[in-house]
Amino acid sequence: MDSELLTNTINSNTSSIDLANVTNLMSEASHSDVSVEENISKVLTKEERKERRAQAREQKKKAALQSKQELYFENDAQAKRYQRARHVKLGFIYAFLVLCALLTLIPFYWMINTSLKTYDELIRIPATFFPENPVFENYVTAFTTENGLLLRYIGNTLLVAVLTMLLSVVTTTLAAFAFARLEFKGRELLFSLLLATMMIPGEMMIMTNFTTVASLGGLDSYWALIIPFGTSVFYMFFLRQNFKQIPNELYYAAKVDGNSDFKYFFRVMIPIARPALITVIILSMIGSWNAYLWPRTVSQGDEMKLITDGLLSLFSTDMGGDTSNIRMAATTIVSIPLLLAFAFFKKYIMRGVSRSGIKG
Amino acid sequence: MEEVKVVNENENVSTDIFASAVNLTSPVQEVVETDKKEKLSYFARKRKEKKAEQAQMLEWKKDWWKALICLAPAMIILAVFTFWPIIKTFVISFFPDYNYLTDEFGGFGFESYSKVLTDATFWRAMLNTVIMVVVSVPLSIIIALLITVALNSIKKLQGVFQVIFFLPYVTNGMAFGLVFATIFSPMDYGLVNQLIGLFGGDPVHWTGTLVGSTIPYWAGIFVITIYAIWNGLAFKILVFLSGIQGIDKQYYQAAQVDSTPKYRVFTKITVPLLSPMIMYITITSLMGAFKSYSSVVSLFGESMGNGQDETFITAVGYIYKYFNNVTSSSRGATLLSQASAAALVLFVFILLITMVQMWANSKKVHY
Repeated sequence: MDSELLTNTINSNTSSIDLANVTNLMSEASHSDVSVEENISKVLTKEERKERRAQAREQKKKAALQSKQELYFENDAQAKRYQRARHVKLGFIYAFLVLCALLTLIPFYWMINTSLKTYDELIRIPATFFPENPVFENYVTAFTTENGLLLRYIGNTLLVAVLTMLLSVVTTTLAAFAFARLEFKGRELLFSLLLATMMIPGEMMIMTNFTTVASLGGLDSYWALIIPFGTSVFYMFFLRQNFKQIPNELYYAAKVDGNSDFKYFFRVMIPIARPALITVIILSMIGSWNAYLWPRTVSQGDEMKLITDGLLSLFSTDMGGDTSNIRMAATTIVSIPLLLAFAFFKKYIMRGVSRSGIKG
Repeated sequence: MEEVKVVNENENVSTDIFASAVNLTSPVQEVVETDKKEKLSYFARKRKEKKAEQAQMLEWKKDWWKALICLAPAMIILAVFTFWPIIKTFVISFFPDYNYLTDEFGGFGFESYSKVLTDATFWRAMLNTVIMVVVSVPLSIIIALLITVALNSIKKLQGVFQVIFFLPYVTNGMAFGLVFATIFSPMDYGLVNQLIGLFGGDPVHWTGTLVGSTIPYWAGIFVITIYAIWNGLAFKILVFLSGIQGIDKQYYQAAQVDSTPKYRVFTKITVPLLSPMIMYITITSLMGAFKSYSSVVSLFGESMGNGQDETFITAVGYIYKYFNNVTSSSRGATLLSQASAAALVLFVFILLITMVQMWANSKKVHY
C-alpha cells in the first residue's frame, strides 16, 4: 500500500521531469544550430553584424512597446497612476526580497566576520561588523589543532567522496540501464520494491549495519565508509528516468547495425544522459561531504574521521573559554569547497536538486 | 529568463513528438480491440495470449543474464546494507536479550516495546520532535511560498536572488549549526543578544553551557526553528519556483481581465495549481523534520541540552542514545533491541502521518 502511494507521488512528479528532460535534449540539439549560426556570423563583415544587432535591438523595443500597449488607459493621468502603483508594488516586492536575502546571507557573513577577529575583538560590545584588523591567525590555529587533524579529515573526506562517487556511478548506471532497457521477469516488481525502501529511515539500518561492519572487522577502515554508500536507489530511479526517455528507435538502429547491448549502452546512452550523470556525481560528492551519522558510528579513532564529525569533535562548543573565532575559521574552511563546487556547477546542482529532494 | 522561454517553446514540440508516438502505438491497440470485437472463442484467445507470452519469454531469456550482470553490483550492496538490516532490525526488536557481541538472540517478547513506550525520555523526545515539526514545517512552507511568488513577479535580478536563496543548500549542515550557535551565543556579546541589548532587553541563554543557568525551553525551540527554516528554504523555493513557472499564464490573464484582487489570485489560482508541489514538499519536509537530529546536535552539542539534561532530545536522538550506550558501555550490548524497537516505533509514526497527510491531500490537490 505505502509503496504504491510512494510510486504514485513519484510518478506524478516525474511526468513533469520527463518533459523537462526531453526539452533539455532538444535545447542541446538547438545549441548546435546556434553554433552553426555563429559560424555564419563569422563570415559576415563588421558592418553587417552591426546592422543585424541594431535590427535585433529595434525588434526588442517594438516587443516591449507592444506589451505595454496591451493595457488600455482613458487618459494620461490614469496611465501615470497605474505606473506609480506598479512602481510602489515593485518597490515593496524588492524590499521584501532584499530583506529575506540579507537574512539568508547573515550566517555566511557572520561566519567570515568572526573568523577574522581576535579574541579581544570577539568579546567586544558593541560588536564590530568589519574586523578592525583582520587576522588570519585563527585559520592557522584551526589547521594546526591536534597536529593538523583537520587537514587529514579533509583528505579522508575527499578520498571517500571520490571513491564513493565512482562506485555508485558504476553500480547505479548499470542497474538503471537494466531497469530501463533490458527485459527480464519481475522487473517492475523489483523496481517498486526498491522504491519502497526509500521510505524507510536510514536510522533503522545503521544499527545492524554497524554490527555487520564490526563483525567483518571494518571499524576504522576506509571501505566501511565507502561500500555502504556505493549505490543509491534514488540515483537509480533518476538515471532510469533519463535512460527511458532515449527514443527506442536509437536502440533498434544500433541493433540493426549489429551492435551489442553494451556497446549501445556505452556509445549512445551514456553520452546522451551525460547531464544526468554529472548531476549524480555532484550530488553524491555533496552527500559524502555532509555525511555525519554513519562515519561517526564507524570511525571511532581520531585518524579516520570524516570532516563533519571531525569538525564537531575538534571544535566542539564545550571547550572552555570562547573559541568561536577559531571554530568559525574551521567552519569557513569546511564550507569553501562546497561553495566553490556550487560556483562551478550551479546549473547541474540546481537542476539535480529541483528534481530530487534529497539532502545528504 | 531566456532559458525558461526556450523550455516553453520546446514543450509544444515535445508534446507533438509524444502525440506522434501515441499515433505509432495506436494500431497495436486497435488490433487488440478488434480481437475483442471479433469475439474469438475462449480457447483461440488463450492460444494467442500464450503465443505472445512465449515470444516475450524468449526476449526475457535473451536478456536475463545481461540483467544479472548489470544488477549484481548494486543488488549485492543493497542486500547487505539495506534489505538485511531492515529485516534484522525488525527481528531484533522482538528479542529483548539480543546481544550484538555474540549475536545471540534471547527469548522472544514485546519487552523492548513496552520499555520504550513507558520511558519518559522517549515521550519527551517525541514531544520535542512534534513541537519542532508543528512549528517549523508550516512556517517554512508559508515563507517559501511568499518568497517564490515575490521572485516570480520580478524580472530584474531574479537569477541573483535565486542563487542567494539557494546558497544554504550547499552548506555543511553541521558547520552552519555551529555558525548559528555562535550567532545565538549565550554571552552578552553574541550577535542576537547584542540586538536584544539595543532594545534594552536582557541577554537570553540561547545555546551552549553557562554556569548556573539553563536554556529556557522556548529559547531552544526558537533557535532550532530559525535554523530549520534557514536550512530548508532553499529546496522549497527551488521546487515551488519551477512549479509556479509551469502554471499557464492564461489563468492570470483571465484574472487580470476580471480585475481580481491579488490575494484572491494567490489563494484561488496560485495555491491550488501549486498544490501537487505543496503536497510533495509537505511530505518530504515532514519526514525530514521527524528525523531531525544533527541540527540539534550541532546547536546544543552531543547531550542535546544543558550538560546531561537532554532538554531538546529528538526521536532520532533517543535511538542514538541507546545505540551509543551499546557501543560504549560493557553492559549495553543488550540495549540494541530497545534501540531497534524505538526505531520501528518512529518509522510507524512517520508512516501514519504521511498516510494521513496523503489522504487529506488527495481530497484537495488539483492535478
